[in-house]
Amino acid sequence: MNVILIAVIVLGALGLVSALVLFFASHKFAVHEDPRIGQVSEVLPQANCGGCGYPGCSGFAAACVKAADEGSLDGKLCPVGGQAVMEQVSTILGIAASAAAPRVAVVRCNGNCENRPRIAQFDGATSCRVQQMTGMGETACGYGCLGCGDCVSACQFGAIYMDPETGLPVVDEEKCTACGACAKACPRCIIEIRLKGPKGRRVVVLCNNKDKGAIANKACKVACIGCGKCVKTCEKFQAITLENNLAYVDAEKCKMCRKCEEACPKGAIQGFNFPPRKPKTETPATESKEGTTPSNEQTN
Amino acid sequence: MKTFKIGGVHPAENKLSASSPIREAALPKQAVFSMFQHIGAPAKPLVKKGDVVKVGTVIAEAGGFVSAPVHSSVSGTVSKVDVVIDASGTRRQAIFVDVDGDEWEPAIDRSPELVRLSDRPELDAATIINKVKEAGIVGLGGATFPCHVKLSPPPGSKAECVIINAVECEPYLTADHRLMLEHPEEILVGVSLIMKAVSVEKGYIGIENNKPDAIRLMTEKAQAYPNIEIVPLKVKYPQGGEKQLIDAVIGRQVPAPPAIPISVGAVVQNVGTAFAIYQAVMKNKPLVDRVITVTGKSVSSPSNLLARLGTPFQQLIDECGGLPEDTGKIIGGGPMMGKALLNLDVPMTKGSSGLLIMRQDEARRAEPDPCIRCAKCVSACPMGLEPYLLATLSDKQEWEMAEGNDVVSCIECGSCQFTCPSRRPLLDNIRVGKSTVMGIIRSRAAKK
Repeated sequence: MNVILIAVIVLGALGLVSALVLFFASHKFAVHEDPRIGQVSEVLPQANCGGCGYPGCSGFAAACVKAADEGSLDGKLCPVGGQAVMEQVSTILGIAASAAAPRVAVVRCNGNCENRPRIAQFDGATSCRVQQMTGMGETACGYGCLGCGDCVSACQFGAIYMDPETGLPVVDEEKCTACGACAKACPRCIIEIRLKGPKGRRVVVLCNNKDKGAIANKACKVACIGCGKCVKTCEKFQAITLENNLAYVDAEKCKMCRKCEEACPKGAIQGFNFPPRKPKTETPATESKEGTTPSNEQTN
Repeated sequence: MKTFKIGGVHPAENKLSASSPIREAALPKQAVFSMFQHIGAPAKPLVKKGDVVKVGTVIAEAGGFVSAPVHSSVSGTVSKVDVVIDASGTRRQAIFVDVDGDEWEPAIDRSPELVRLSDRPELDAATIINKVKEAGIVGLGGATFPCHVKLSPPPGSKAECVIINAVECEPYLTADHRLMLEHPEEILVGVSLIMKAVSVEKGYIGIENNKPDAIRLMTEKAQAYPNIEIVPLKVKYPQGGEKQLIDAVIGRQVPAPPAIPISVGAVVQNVGTAFAIYQAVMKNKPLVDRVITVTGKSVSSPSNLLARLGTPFQQLIDECGGLPEDTGKIIGGGPMMGKALLNLDVPMTKGSSGLLIMRQDEARRAEPDPCIRCAKCVSACPMGLEPYLLATLSDKQEWEMAEGNDVVSCIECGSCQFTCPSRRPLLDNIRVGKSTVMGIIRSRAAKK
């Protein structure tokens, strides 16, 4: 009986002392976290993709709370949740979120098997980064898609896949959250995170080749040769710039007139998601892989 | 017999051109001089379209301390300064010269007479290094590191010996082997010059014992040079690696980067470089030509050619009987470390030690299988690394762990990939990891 009593008293005393230590420790070392961070975190998609530029969703939540305290949510956008999530965040924080235009990843290369003949075969590790290290890749274009799918494995949302016919990555616009992981994974910086445009309509130069016209032309049938015709066509809006033999359409200035698309002698400029045109012969592209057929032609 | 201690592999030697004497290649119609023939800053062109140049005229100056000037190897007119696609497909600035006759700069002594060090007692270290710098000499073994930089040790380090790399451990290549057989005396004078430049008393020439004739001849000739010792080495790849050679010859191990060979007191130069230094200092001849091995199992006459820099590879192949029909791949350099060429119009550069034409049946790599954890790559790695781990870490982009596992020590010799029974692309991945980690280290150093 005595033994049991001693055990109970000793253990009880130990428990009491430990409880007191823990009680004071938790008060002394308490970390105060703004409860709003937890609330904001809850409405975020928890994809932890880093597309917002912060380390994970909790990092973004903390940044939003800090920004709200400073008075503005400008520049804070969760690309995965989009406008809907940002509105929830702004209700929690009681401050208006800036309107964010939705963005989407765009693969700026149209060098499929037909347009861009293979001049070599690469049989090393299947990785764009490895291929980029060895040199030019399988085609004569030193700027185009290498086709090993590093972007596909980088995407957490299954929004990009390799088209087996063209050998180029295709972005699923519905799924794409514009987090930018694919753009970072591409060793040739082909993928651009662009404004999605009204009704998803946008005009893009589907080329990344910065070589002089003659070399670019030889490497790929649909390469931008830097002739500058599009720039002249767009004189009124000044939306197209030509740098390093490569044209670029500024999505903010573009008025979607699509005159540049007609002016481009190489067909390097393409409009996305436009309704079919009546008078012209060709239907406009709805996807980047427009008008291609599988081809096994391989010159050595 | 000596050799390095850790790892190493034994690829088939295939020294097909070992018995074919060095012959001069014909002059090209147009020579192209890349501004990126060395490691370091690119050279800066000094000529413009229409300028007349002779053999040995400086056409581009060094772009910095770690850089080298470029000399015209032909006489003629500069047709343009433009961009050329080099052997790896990268665009590089280059000078194009249309060849017209073969007129040399008058200052160059073209006589074959041997000039010994005793004939020129006035030469001191500074003069030698300056001559080497002006002649645009770079490491001719393939690394193309500017030679004068190696001859000027950084403050605080002291050279104790000169080691000449005459190992030629790459299969197929025989350029250094033939050079030793045909110009032994010149090489020995060149070695004496290097020793004088870094003021050391001891020189070693390491030769693998698959070249017994070269060992015999060099030993015989070296008797007149008491400070130079010929060291026969057991055949093992990659003995020609700087660190492996130092280990094999003097038994010292170079620590991990940023330590360099001079940290253990060794200055390593290639045997071809020694010959070029002899020519530059004693004959006033800048680096305008080099010996290149053109070889392959189907090549009708595998040869060692003394070719002018800037000659297109196509022409060199034509001189050796043309491109065989069953060609599957053409490699610039040796089969272990060389790079596959994308086209044959690319010009020969200072670092072109060989041109290997592989048949279709040997050209393609087999499909890789999963890693079976046999650790053969670990035993083969001459740097004592764990290639399977580094390859995986690079593939998974775990840069910090790759750095922790010393990926920057990799010398890219390819022994791991050669020995892998699952034919895994180990080096492919490690290279990506190495260059990324080196970039991270550099940017970290820049921030400090």
